[in-house]
Amino acid sequence: MMDVQVRGLRKTYGKPPVTAVDTISFDVKKGELFGLIGPDGAGKTSIFRMLTTLLLPDGGTASVNGFDIVKDYKFIRERVGYMPGKFSLYQDLTVEENLHFFATLFNTTVEENYALVKDIYIQIEPFKKRRAGNLSGGMKQKLALCCALIHRPLVLFLDEPTTGVDTVSRKEFWEMLKRLKEQGITILVSTPYMDEATLCERIALLQEGKILSIDTPANIIRSYPDQLFAIKSDQMSWLLKELRNNPEVKTCNSFGEYHHISFKEIAADTESALINYLKKAGHSNLELFKTAPTIEDCFINLMN
Amino acid sequence: MNTMRYLLVKEFKQILRNKALLPLLFVAPIVQLLVMPLAADYEVKNIKVGVVDLDRSDYSKKLVTKIEFSNYFKLVDYSNSFDASFRYLEKDAADLVLEIPKNFERNLVREKIEKVFIAVNAINGTKAIMGSNYLSLLLADFNKEISTKWKAYEMAEKSPVIEVASLNWFNTWLDYSFYMVPGILVTLVTMVGVYMCSLNIVKEKEIGTIEQINVTPIKKHHFILAKLLPFAVIGLVIFSVGLFGVAGLVYGIYSIGSLWLVYGFLLLFLAAILGIGLLISTYSQTQQQAMSVAFFFMMIFMLMSGLFTSVDSMPAWARFIANCNPVTHFIEVMRMVVLKGSGFSQIKYHFLIMLGFGLLFNGWAIANYKKTS
Repeated sequence: MMDVQVRGLRKTYGKPPVTAVDTISFDVKKGELFGLIGPDGAGKTSIFRMLTTLLLPDGGTASVNGFDIVKDYKFIRERVGYMPGKFSLYQDLTVEENLHFFATLFNTTVEENYALVKDIYIQIEPFKKRRAGNLSGGMKQKLALCCALIHRPLVLFLDEPTTGVDTVSRKEFWEMLKRLKEQGITILVSTPYMDEATLCERIALLQEGKILSIDTPANIIRSYPDQLFAIKSDQMSWLLKELRNNPEVKTCNSFGEYHHISFKEIAADTESALINYLKKAGHSNLELFKTAPTIEDCFINLMN
Repeated sequence: MNTMRYLLVKEFKQILRNKALLPLLFVAPIVQLLVMPLAADYEVKNIKVGVVDLDRSDYSKKLVTKIEFSNYFKLVDYSNSFDASFRYLEKDAADLVLEIPKNFERNLVREKIEKVFIAVNAINGTKAIMGSNYLSLLLADFNKEISTKWKAYEMAEKSPVIEVASLNWFNTWLDYSFYMVPGILVTLVTMVGVYMCSLNIVKEKEIGTIEQINVTPIKKHHFILAKLLPFAVIGLVIFSVGLFGVAGLVYGIYSIGSLWLVYGFLLLFLAAILGIGLLISTYSQTQQQAMSVAFFFMMIFMLMSGLFTSVDSMPAWARFIANCNPVTHFIEVMRMVVLKGSGFSQIKYHFLIMLGFGLLFNGWAIANYKKTS
């Protein structure tokens, strides 16, 4: 069964209209951890705001848990949890008060659904008398997640939950999501971080309001068309320029410590020929080896 | 019902926790009520007069002494040339110059008529008008004194004289605070309603909490009601403190008319101005925007309300604007009921208009609120 069905959804802003979401379609299965991956401005937040009934689409249809996002918005609001990208709980209420407040709005109590949020809430419980505005970034995010979960939603929307959060907290956060998934909650999460894509079951790569690809992270990586190499020398920026001008090289992108390159054609001596050529050109400490593509490589490949 | 209760609890908690807003809400109105009526006083005292006495006679000296000993005037110059006294006027050291002509006494005695000349510094319009009026009264008084004296000598035939004796109703001592305090109280309640209410709602937008609220199944009218009610309560409290605490204990103003009527009208008025606050909040995205818009309306509400200048003396178009201002009606009702003891039948027209305002602003705000969310 599909928990989220999106068919040709479209959203434009302003005059002249700028298309934020360009006729996209995708499905999310019940109990799935689905990721929307894309840079800032790809349309992730617009999609979330439409699915959570905060924004009316300009075209297409979508349903959440079987309810239409326009006609049955009232039913959807009872069934989904939404955690916006920006912290938007009451800063002048305490941790405890925020949680109780949102439970009350959903006609439930904290006690009733405590089991669901217990793992997360226990971490912020020592600060339950503190005002939400005085919490650290990671704590705020945990509180926001608790508040989004307190009514036991069937579908959970998390808009860039890990933006601006440190590496350790990010890791913890994904662990929490996995545990929630085990409880049978369908989770849609958006992130601009490509490395987080592999933590989702299925992902949609978004660029300028369009979906480039939807599949499992493994399949997306598998479908990368070329053999990828990592290359490094002492003169990285010069190397990048040189490789991009090299007629043998198909793509070359900077990737952390290394540059990732692919060749137009690979012969037995392709690697050694390139190394020799670069050595002659004056590069020192050259290193070249085969590497597996990452989601980021796939994304850049699909973008072009 | 449970939701509503919790929403209200949350609003009150937030308002009470706002350390900057709370003193502003309660202390500022009291201070304003204490200070403003004392400062906003139209009574003119210490009018500086320069006298040019070209006669230097018995009569002219009598007149000057009379001016000197009046409560309203202060003699700053007593000279022989108009030019010298006029220089005082130019330097703003004198407000009026009175010129007593040569042969003042002689003409007065022989021809029973004489003219004096008054030059007025009209830069401060009120002071100029009041000053020349006072001086004219003083001259009339002087006139009467000498004519009775002559009549005693001459035993002349009785000429009919109409003497006007005036009695002030509703404010016997022409105490200015009686007129101002009820009006200022109204503007304070208006400020709470318009500013606090609009800022509070826009804050939810600015911080983004409204997003979180909107994805919950909470009903819009519950949310709006929970926003408006606390400010209605605060408005009631501030009004009561102002009416009984400041107006009563400090200024000795107690309502002659029915308090039920005053409070009934206050509730209607609160509904109308909270509607304005709500309306402003639906058109603004940030607290800064709301503040600017609210400030603009507050200025118009204050200046076009008949608080300082009488609505009746405005030109027709300004009177129309003033009548479209809810504050005008409440100030008038306050003055009528509190000072004059008017009953419902005298102010029912204001009740109707205020009801109209309430429906208009709230209806408009709700329509716009639905459209934008």
